[in-house]
Amino acid sequence: MIRVVLPYHLRTLAGVGREVALQVDGPVTLNAALDALDTKYPMLRGTLRDPVTRQRRSLIRFFAVGRDLSHDLPDAPLPDAVALGAEPLIIVGAIAGG
Amino acid sequence: MNSVRVLVGTRKGAFILTADARREQWTVSGPHFAGWEIYHLNGSPADPNRLYASQSSGWFGQLIQRSDDSGQTWAPVGNQFVYAGETGTHQWYDGTQHPWEFKRVWRLEPSPTDPDTVYAGVEDAALFRSHDGGQSWHELPGLRAVKGHLWQPGAGGMGLHTILLDPRNPNRIFVAISAAGAFRTDDGGGTWQPINRGLKMDYELPDAAAEVGHCVHSIALHPARPDVLFMQKHWDVMRSDDAGELWHEISGNLPSDFGFPIAVHAHEPDTVYVVPIKSDSEHFPPDGKLRVYRSRTGGNEWEALTNGLPQSDCYVNVLRSALAVDSLDACGIYFGTTGGQVYASADGGDHWTAIVRDLPAVLSVAVQTLP
Repeated sequence: MIRVVLPYHLRTLAGVGREVALQVDGPVTLNAALDALDTKYPMLRGTLRDPVTRQRRSLIRFFAVGRDLSHDLPDAPLPDAVALGAEPLIIVGAIAGG
Repeated sequence: MNSVRVLVGTRKGAFILTADARREQWTVSGPHFAGWEIYHLNGSPADPNRLYASQSSGWFGQLIQRSDDSGQTWAPVGNQFVYAGETGTHQWYDGTQHPWEFKRVWRLEPSPTDPDTVYAGVEDAALFRSHDGGQSWHELPGLRAVKGHLWQPGAGGMGLHTILLDPRNPNRIFVAISAAGAFRTDDGGGTWQPINRGLKMDYELPDAAAEVGHCVHSIALHPARPDVLFMQKHWDVMRSDDAGELWHEISGNLPSDFGFPIAVHAHEPDTVYVVPIKSDSEHFPPDGKLRVYRSRTGGNEWEALTNGLPQSDCYVNVLRSALAVDSLDACGIYFGTTGGQVYASADGGDHWTAIVRDLPAVLSVAVQTLP
């Protein structure tokens, strides 16, 4: 199981707490993690990736193990610590500034 | 006893205001979808318990929510709005062609006869329809075939904001699009024609005969007389007596003919309401006085309705979807402001009171009159 930390609005939308656990079959990539999230919580479909292009929404960021993975290839393997469930994949809504 | 449900969309959530037919004591429910923009919230005439909400966010995109119990509980339905066929292009600010890109749903208009059929007006402008309660959406692409390559967004975005389903003729639909104009179908949405003849636009469009490119802000009709349309244009209040074939100006003695919403009294087809705004450069009421104007003559002769509305230092705006009427007798009128007030009049506009004063900026107001 991998661990995913959701931003506040998606927690309320999905009716879950801060962190969810997901089963990912096959290589643990960002797209595979997000596909697993969509499957388990279909109300979140389209909120992180454009439903047509599957591109990351511009104000969404993906952090893990102290790194910003947002610009990594979405089909590249996530860090081992995420794949093993030792560290969470953190999904963040970009700060609005101010 | 009848009751009234006022559905309010705001920048930071939805609110549902309810009262009995006296419309004196109000119950406020919300915020629903707290923190999200609710561009529109509307109820099904065929099943008043069925509500639809357009929920969106700059971070998380578009969701459509549906309630089957009058807004007590909600569930997300389909949020895939895919343009039909070749996506196509429209005119961009620099004069080049730009691909259509879905941004958000501005308007939800449920069918008068089928709770599962609902129309969605979206930005970039297009009309979608669902026959399964919002689970799946399909574009009516004939609309964008009407010189869509010449449509160009205004500063507020190229949104399809008005959908009027003709209550007498299920094949006739009117829509209006910011900076593109008004359009009509007479075959259920297959083919469309622009209905912009007679609109003046000295400072909006250089070509007086342009078929598209008109900045229509909203259109209203009375269900008993659906061939008569009233329009608040960017500048000018207009009327058509032939389903949009030709428009003529009815601004008359208004202090400003700029504004956003327009509405028709539920029982008097010639009684029309607008909220004049100073100008396109200054989006607030003239002289800091919030005044609804009513014409009982189908236009041209307007009276200011001020009783209960702030008459000094008021600099709010009333957006295009934020004015609505109920169908009680006497007719109730409701509007929301960018300052977060929702005002109500239970006597056709003669007297006003604020139901709520401190909501987030109001984007839309819709009203259900319940048995």
